Amino acid sequence: MTATSAPPAPETAAGRPLPRLPWNRHLIAIAVLAVLLVPLPLILPPAQASVAVRVLIFALMSIGWNMMSGFGGMFSFGHAAYFGIGAYASAWLLVEHRVSPWIGILAGMVVAAAFAALIGFLALRYKLRGAYFALATFAFAEMLRLWATNSDFVNRAVGYHVPLRPEASWWWLQFEPSSPNYFWVALALTVVALVVSVLYLRSRAGQFTKAARDDEDAAAAVGIPVMRYKLLTMALSAAITAVAGAFYVQYFLFIDPDLAFGSSVSIQAILPAVIGGVATVWGPVIGAVVMGPLNDVTATMLRNPPAGLEFLQGRSGLDVIVYGTLLIIIVLVLPKGIYGTIRQRWFRR
Amino acid sequence: MTSPADQGHVAAAGDVATLDPDEARAPAGRAVPWRRIAVITALIVVAVVLAYVRSGSGVVVVQAVATGVLIGGVYGLIAMGLTLIFGVLDIVNFAHGSFLALALFLTFGLAQAGLHPYLALAVSVPAMFLLGVLVQRGILAGAMGKPLENQLLITLGISLIIENALLLFFGANPRSVPLPGDRGVPIFEAVANLSRILAFVGALLLAGLLYLLLQRTRLGTAIRAVAANDTGAQLVGIDTRVIYAVTFALGTACAGAAGTLVAPLVTIEPTTGALFNIVAFVVVVLGGMGNVVGALVGGLVIGLAEQLGGIYLPGQSPLLSVFIVFVLVLFLRPQGLFGRSA
Repeated sequence: MTATSAPPAPETAAGRPLPRLPWNRHLIAIAVLAVLLVPLPLILPPAQASVAVRVLIFALMSIGWNMMSGFGGMFSFGHAAYFGIGAYASAWLLVEHRVSPWIGILAGMVVAAAFAALIGFLALRYKLRGAYFALATFAFAEMLRLWATNSDFVNRAVGYHVPLRPEASWWWLQFEPSSPNYFWVALALTVVALVVSVLYLRSRAGQFTKAARDDEDAAAAVGIPVMRYKLLTMALSAAITAVAGAFYVQYFLFIDPDLAFGSSVSIQAILPAVIGGVATVWGPVIGAVVMGPLNDVTATMLRNPPAGLEFLQGRSGLDVIVYGTLLIIIVLVLPKGIYGTIRQRWFRR
Repeated sequence: MTSPADQGHVAAAGDVATLDPDEARAPAGRAVPWRRIAVITALIVVAVVLAYVRSGSGVVVVQAVATGVLIGGVYGLIAMGLTLIFGVLDIVNFAHGSFLALALFLTFGLAQAGLHPYLALAVSVPAMFLLGVLVQRGILAGAMGKPLENQLLITLGISLIIENALLLFFGANPRSVPLPGDRGVPIFEAVANLSRILAFVGALLLAGLLYLLLQRTRLGTAIRAVAANDTGAQLVGIDTRVIYAVTFALGTACAGAAGTLVAPLVTIEPTTGALFNIVAFVVVVLGGMGNVVGALVGGLVIGLAEQLGGIYLPGQSPLLSVFIVFVLVLFLRPQGLFGRSA
């Protein structure tokens, strides 16, 4: 088995393999997009720029989820665990030990990857599949949430506030609230995550992972150490999502157990990928672009509700209703997501 | 739905109320698993004794056991609905808790209007049944037979919509439904609220009714037949689409009934349903996915685990011990307490 042999393409519902782009074209597209997006925060008004940062955080979370659940085929319903570990690791190091957030991000990645590998080892060792696997990941995220809520070690339900610094600093990753630097940092992190995922997927390890997803027994039969590559994928996936968590804390300056480990966080990691297209490089990014602004639109609507619905003023929940509706529609109508469907149409001869 | 000639064939498919297809293929006439029950009972006794050693107070333990068993009955009812849906439709229903939340708010609304909370059952159960039919026919029917993730995501979407619609319309303020004439009832040295006892009794009654429905009626036979083998059921003339809709609706009706029964016990918030949903999943896995009787037993076990866990891990949320039991069961006995190892 060499990496040069054609990888098994993900099958469509009709059993016809999807066409795929050569990996180099993905890398070129990432580079072009990154360059195009650099001036964005200078053009956008500040309120829109913060939406753009949120889009990037969503994208980052979901790129991580997609790695494990899309390309790895292990449906995670507990990515809040890794997001939260990233967030808490960097916040804890910063608040309790005055450690730079940059080191905090790295620490969060390492801890999240280790935790993912541990969960993965247990789940694979005991052969959890399908619904059982999803429920186990969910249980671990919830256990972390409950533990954090009741442990003095991480400040209980209060969580952490990032201390404000008198002046902007790259080392402490803190700028004026309207500074374009936040966007650039998030953009850089997202681009790195995308490049890493493309490089990983075209590497031997990535091909082995997808082979194991498509037919585990066959992959094992040709000598692929399935367990090792699945764990590697999970660890990488967790590390990417942890970066999103760590950046989230530095941007919003606050974290508590629900914001870090709540089940809604897991859902936020799943939604962009499902909307954009599971197991595609661009799906999470496109889904995040769809999802990010929705939050703002609904908040504006609830501030000034249309006539007849005045009683809704100041309420929350509409954004999630829209997410939920979108989720159902996408799964029923475009099960391959926006990007997946377009790609399929595009290449149809 | 089935002609008399099919009855014998179908009855052989599963004489225990087990809906899991693999289980149903077991030889007919399997006896009650006495050994399994003995082991579980022994484990519970050990857990209770350890709790006594840990706390050093008999009253605390008796109180925990009484509370655990009483709420466990309700967990059992909720989980019966969830496991029924899993067994027949093969759907991991993340929206189950949100149906319960809907019933909670319905009960709250009716109680505000002056209705006795328990009379709200006459509204909440049919309403949830109807909603179940609509959701299954309108949304889930389009995804039958698709990968598991699709159904999981759809039910997740439904739960997001219901939970946040409640948040949107009612706000996040906690509410409660007082039960007229509620009082503490002494049980040995412990005290339990009358509402808690009535919820337990009501849950057991409804669970018994559901069991009889599944075992003794033609509809129940048809449901079990579809669970065992839907193609086969179709071949003998069962309209599986109807059975899918009715089963899903029965499941949501269980959640609705449980919602009304626990309304006097809990603070009513849009997120209350999610807590019950989590517990119900644990119970379903514990009882064996698709096993209706297992769900009831699992409910009692988890009710106890939650309360005794509060003694073992003071200061932590009781839910933490539920999750610990969950993870242990997932890893060590994924087929559930009553399943046979694969």
